[in-house]
Amino acid sequence: MADYLPHTDEEVHDMLDFLGLDSLEHLFAHIPAAVRLSGGLDIEPGLSEPDVAAIFAGYGEANAARANAMTCFAGAGAYDHEVPAVVKALGSRSEFVTAYTPYQPEVAQGVLQAIFEYQTLISRLAGLPIANASLYDGATALVEALNMAGGATKRSRMYVSAGVHPHWRAVARTFAAGTGHEIVEVPLVDGLTQWGSVDTSDAAAIVAAYPNYLGVVEDLSDARALASAAGGLFIVAGDPVAAGVLKSAGDWGADVFLGEGQPFGTPLAFGGPYLGLFACTMDQVRRLPGRIVGETLDSNGRRSFVTTLRAREQDIRREKATSNVCTNQTLMAVTAAIQLGWLGTSGLRDVATRCAEGAHYLFDAVTAIEGVEAVSSQAFLREFALRLPRRASDVIADMAASGVLAGVAASTLAPAGDPSLEGIENVLLVAVTEKRTRVELDAYADLLRKAVA
Amino acid sequence: MAITGLPGGRAASVPLMGHETEPTMFELSVAGRSAAQLRTTGVPTRSLVDMVGAAHVKDEPVALSDLSERDLVGHFTRLSHRQFSVDLGAYPLGSCTMKYNPKFCDAVAADPALNGVHPGAPATLTQGWLELLVDLEEKLCAITGMAAATLQPAAGAAGELTGLLLMRAYHASRGEDRRRVIIPDSAHGTNPASVTLGGYEVTTVPSNERGLVDLEALRGALGPDVAGIMLTNPNTVGLFEEEITEIATAVHDAGGLLYYDGANLNAIVGVVRPGDMGFDIVHMNLHKTFATPHGGGGPGAGPVAVSARLADFLPGPKATRVADGTFDWVAPAQSIGRVHGWHGNAMVLARALAYIDVHGGDGLTRVAQHAVLNANWLRRRLADTLPAAYDRPCMHEAVLSATALKAATGVRGLDVAKALLDEGFHSPTVYFPLIVDEALMFEPTETESPQTLEALAQAVERIVARADTEADELHHSPHHTPVSRVDEARAARHLIATEDAAAR
Repeated sequence: MADYLPHTDEEVHDMLDFLGLDSLEHLFAHIPAAVRLSGGLDIEPGLSEPDVAAIFAGYGEANAARANAMTCFAGAGAYDHEVPAVVKALGSRSEFVTAYTPYQPEVAQGVLQAIFEYQTLISRLAGLPIANASLYDGATALVEALNMAGGATKRSRMYVSAGVHPHWRAVARTFAAGTGHEIVEVPLVDGLTQWGSVDTSDAAAIVAAYPNYLGVVEDLSDARALASAAGGLFIVAGDPVAAGVLKSAGDWGADVFLGEGQPFGTPLAFGGPYLGLFACTMDQVRRLPGRIVGETLDSNGRRSFVTTLRAREQDIRREKATSNVCTNQTLMAVTAAIQLGWLGTSGLRDVATRCAEGAHYLFDAVTAIEGVEAVSSQAFLREFALRLPRRASDVIADMAASGVLAGVAASTLAPAGDPSLEGIENVLLVAVTEKRTRVELDAYADLLRKAVA
Repeated sequence: MAITGLPGGRAASVPLMGHETEPTMFELSVAGRSAAQLRTTGVPTRSLVDMVGAAHVKDEPVALSDLSERDLVGHFTRLSHRQFSVDLGAYPLGSCTMKYNPKFCDAVAADPALNGVHPGAPATLTQGWLELLVDLEEKLCAITGMAAATLQPAAGAAGELTGLLLMRAYHASRGEDRRRVIIPDSAHGTNPASVTLGGYEVTTVPSNERGLVDLEALRGALGPDVAGIMLTNPNTVGLFEEEITEIATAVHDAGGLLYYDGANLNAIVGVVRPGDMGFDIVHMNLHKTFATPHGGGGPGAGPVAVSARLADFLPGPKATRVADGTFDWVAPAQSIGRVHGWHGNAMVLARALAYIDVHGGDGLTRVAQHAVLNANWLRRRLADTLPAAYDRPCMHEAVLSATALKAATGVRGLDVAKALLDEGFHSPTVYFPLIVDEALMFEPTETESPQTLEALAQAVERIVARADTEADELHHSPHHTPVSRVDEARAARHLIATEDAAAR
């Protein structure tokens, strides 16, 4: 028996006495007996913290792919970046961790200002004038962007490049069942979206990925032109680290930028909690989903921050709200602001550049291996797709035995039959971060050579 | 009684919270400074233009904030001193269940054997995580009385929308096209917003004079085009829907499903199970009931549990125990698809499982008992100061009303809430639920001591006592917080959402 309740037995007795009750059970006397649980929950009795820690150590040991046990070359939207001690220390301050949504701005200036700084950073990386306070993850940010496009155009057809992460497209399809949106996937050939293969004149949205999930850096001019011709929104799903060196979504003329913010200070964490990034033009600000922090003054004329444009939100607007989002990912947004503060202008550029240098070094080494080919001949930044002479999952298993997580098997992301990838069972997605050394890259190439021999 | 409001129950350090306006990180920035230190890799350098082509490379890097590590630490530490939190003091914010977040659960989640695992690694290399997820699903099903659950939804509202899509898939599988979802007028705002996104129309049913669903009105609203009803029980007024069995029968007889909004599960965990009340779909807010930290507004987690007839529609793939005793990802037969980019907010899920394991079935029941005890004690203790909106036993929340105070003195519920900040307590939720005039919704949670509750009650008494003579001062409270009341209208009128918009 263990818990965190402060009451002594005597105090419980006194409090019940004050209420004129004999027992704790009497607090629930007004609940019909027919629905009350008799005999308690079918869950074992409580354990002490050290006992539970032992159980959790067992879970950890059963993860062969745990950090420190395996060198990570997996990416596909989740990246093994450096998170320094200072970011962990600041991001785990209990004032940020144990607060809630800043409903009382007088005692929430810490979180509010940190979000304001986060919004500024994301707006600059997106090249767009406004960003929200965060969404759940990249996939749900895509859904919100499609909903924004539906609202802005009163149309329902969404043309989404097959270069957008397969899971994100899957999430978009799931939620389209409720909104009635039609998701039209535009296929890739040689890693490039075939925008000319479809009639997009009725588009609510044109969605491109930059870089796409195969790593390819596509020219977005055609996609932008199609969105303009159709009168739909141009939505760019971008890698925020790439945004440190590549043209911004705004540079390409995007109406909306969205992305996965995990690379900014959030650990791999088995996929969550991550951070949905969202920025847009001022034209769409009234349709912006989620919370927005704005600057204002307090009654003494001091600069203050407060959540604003609240009339868009579910607790005010109810069934007419732009989104149902309430709790979002504030702690990850605050952490991203801290991580970007640590990196600074040159640091983010260095991280993006080093990722690219490592990826290109490794690409050259592995594509020299007999039987290993690049899936695309196009330019890439920090990850690439290989076609192997064996099933990618078998190669991952072989290399894992030597302590290397070789990448992500494309077939585990996109179900078989994705028209954009022939022979998907043999396709391996490989990502390189600034943490990977030349020694590790050389070792990877050696292991892959053996695995495909 | 012996309980006194000892010091320490309140956030005694509030007067020390940072009062100086903190410059933004951009104002502190000095071009050329940097804190970053990256690994020495030995990888040859190459030009970006060579690698990706000139058409893609930005001319100038994006300007961020250039700080020394010392300045970075100073800035965010000073910001943290301008922030109230559960660790600092009592946070009786109704509807949010701001209970103490055990440090142990954070430590569990910090283990690199869990948080250093890539989500795209194959199941064979992540067996520990899959087993953890299966164990959590089983325990959440035991708590809710349901058959199966998805752990993917990232927060309560995401769980709601997932539940509505499950409702839609279920009816569609039976060839039925149902268009409306019923919601009581006391519901959280996320409910109607989710209904719209789920492709349904909202039908609102009124509450009766006891603060409960009006059963006759509900029966009148039901029909063959009703997909289901979304209910919070106990409801947002803090009261248990005593006619829940009759409600369930009526909805089921009309072919509809019952959705349980788990926002208030803390009141009944281990006491009543939604499944036993007749609910078909249940979402849980793990950041409420299971004490995962709220993070200043997330991350949360909103798993959805369902009865057997809906299990085949759950999002997938799901971590599943397979025949040989190992674990794999398996998609339910008629799955609605993914609702999250990966597997859900995994580190939140791990914290919640650790919390459940420490408490066990017996401890979780005590959680509900003590949460309800604290709320009822506070309601009774303040009965002569701020009466409850409904004069009867409440569950884990006490919804009080400042209507009489306002009529007598002009001091509103909002003024009381703001003045409490000066007293070292976080405000209760104000003006929600919408059906209660001048609502002040206190949710003390089970982790606050009787001494803290007494100190809170005394603080409310002091404020109300000042209303006759110091109404104007109360209208302008708080006075001792980092900033005073902020001009929300100005923020909306002159939108400045970034440093660049501020154009200093």
